[in-house]
Amino acid sequence: MLSKRIIPCLDVMDGRVVKGVSFKNLIDAGDPVENAIFYDEEGADELVFLDITASYEKRKTIIDVVEKTAEYCFMPLTVGGGVRTIEDIRNLLNAGCDKVSINTSAVKNPYFVRESAERFGSQCIVVAIDAKRVVKGMPFKPYESWAIDPFLKDVSLDLDNPASNIQWAISTHGGREMKPIDAVKWALKMERLGAGEILLTSMDRDGTKDGYDLELTRTIAETVSIPVIASGGVGNLEHLYEGLTIGKADAVLAASIFHYREYSIKEAKEYLKLKNVPVRL
Amino acid sequence: MIAIIDYGMGNLRSVEKAFLKLGADACITSDPKVILTSNGIVLPGVGAFKDCMASLDRLDLLELIKKEILKGKPYLGICLGLQILFSESEEFGFCKGMDIFKGRVQKFKFTDSLKNQPDGIALKIPHMGWNTVSIINKPPIFAEIPDNSYFYFVHSYYVSPEDQDIIAGKTDYGIDFTSMVWRDNIFAVQFHPEKSQQMGLKLLESFKKICESA
Repeated sequence: MLSKRIIPCLDVMDGRVVKGVSFKNLIDAGDPVENAIFYDEEGADELVFLDITASYEKRKTIIDVVEKTAEYCFMPLTVGGGVRTIEDIRNLLNAGCDKVSINTSAVKNPYFVRESAERFGSQCIVVAIDAKRVVKGMPFKPYESWAIDPFLKDVSLDLDNPASNIQWAISTHGGREMKPIDAVKWALKMERLGAGEILLTSMDRDGTKDGYDLELTRTIAETVSIPVIASGGVGNLEHLYEGLTIGKADAVLAASIFHYREYSIKEAKEYLKLKNVPVRL
Repeated sequence: MIAIIDYGMGNLRSVEKAFLKLGADACITSDPKVILTSNGIVLPGVGAFKDCMASLDRLDLLELIKKEILKGKPYLGICLGLQILFSESEEFGFCKGMDIFKGRVQKFKFTDSLKNQPDGIALKIPHMGWNTVSIINKPPIFAEIPDNSYFYFVHSYYVSPEDQDIIAGKTDYGIDFTSMVWRDNIFAVQFHPEKSQQMGLKLLESFKKICESA
């Protein structure tokens, strides 16, 4: 039986691991390669590097990190953040990563997802969706692509009907910009364009330690037929359990609980196993 | 030397790095001379069946690899490197494979009766993540590996061999599909040993030994 995956995530800036709440107040938290080796030895099922390097000149640092990591860690490695071109993807794959996660670039041009999937295979294209519950007066930036491709209107939020069900909008640029796009419809669109997996982060929960947005996770996991990784909000092991059962996620991603050694990967898996979740121990 | 076949698609780096870590003499190549003089061939694979066959053909490697395999050179096929050993695939219409083994490559299809996991949600495609391999007929590459060990899988298609005798291992994902085949010098696995931590390295180390003594 396929086991549920536990995926530690490392936020990397200028070649160093950083930590902060909702991408703010970042502090240095160590060397990414050392951290990767630690997680590998602990039995993590995969590893995600989220590159939040801002300056273009320093963007190559993540390639070095991937190359060094791939020398020591023989496990699936995903890199997200700043993936803009086919060339970016090729460079990352050549450095030794297995999947790339695309967020802002997919929103800018949804067909970039299709092009990437056709070129490298769906198995290495993860689409990251940063979703936020729609509330009254949310400051949306207009979605330019609708002018170019009217078919994309399929994924728009229903903003005129406040009585309609709960909705999630997607955000880009690390949560700084809101788009009037419905996260659930967007996930389905991304699957149809060739995404092999969805990395779903709740921007409401990210950094809060209150647990995943289970309603969001479950809604998307039930809508798409590709695997969904739940992310954003883990504070304890019960949250992982909830994400995999109530949220129906195929994998759970967490950063700080593992990074600050609040729990080890092994502890997390033992906890889940006791509760009859299939995990690899 | 172990030749890791470069057909311009897959992520070959991790396969090479794994062999180098094990102290093997391995190189990524598409040079027929290197492949001819190698003492083992590894064909890793991600991507589409048709593109892989077309690339190998364009590089004039298809017949060469087939000949070397049938002459008895140790071969390790990974993922697509397993699938292309078979007669044909249904990926993007029908596409002919190397036809070393009779059988077809099929896509996972979960009909309603097979569709549900215990938590009441459809099985996802691709089959992605860690799953166990139950040994049917233990090949030498599994010498150091216990039954039902976990390996990392990423695929939407699986092989259905006609000849049951070549089935070396099976994995459960809605159906019991063939995840490892073995006949003489030909070893092929659906999972990715280069991504399967210690167990994967053990497999590659056994293959390395087979090549060295070949």
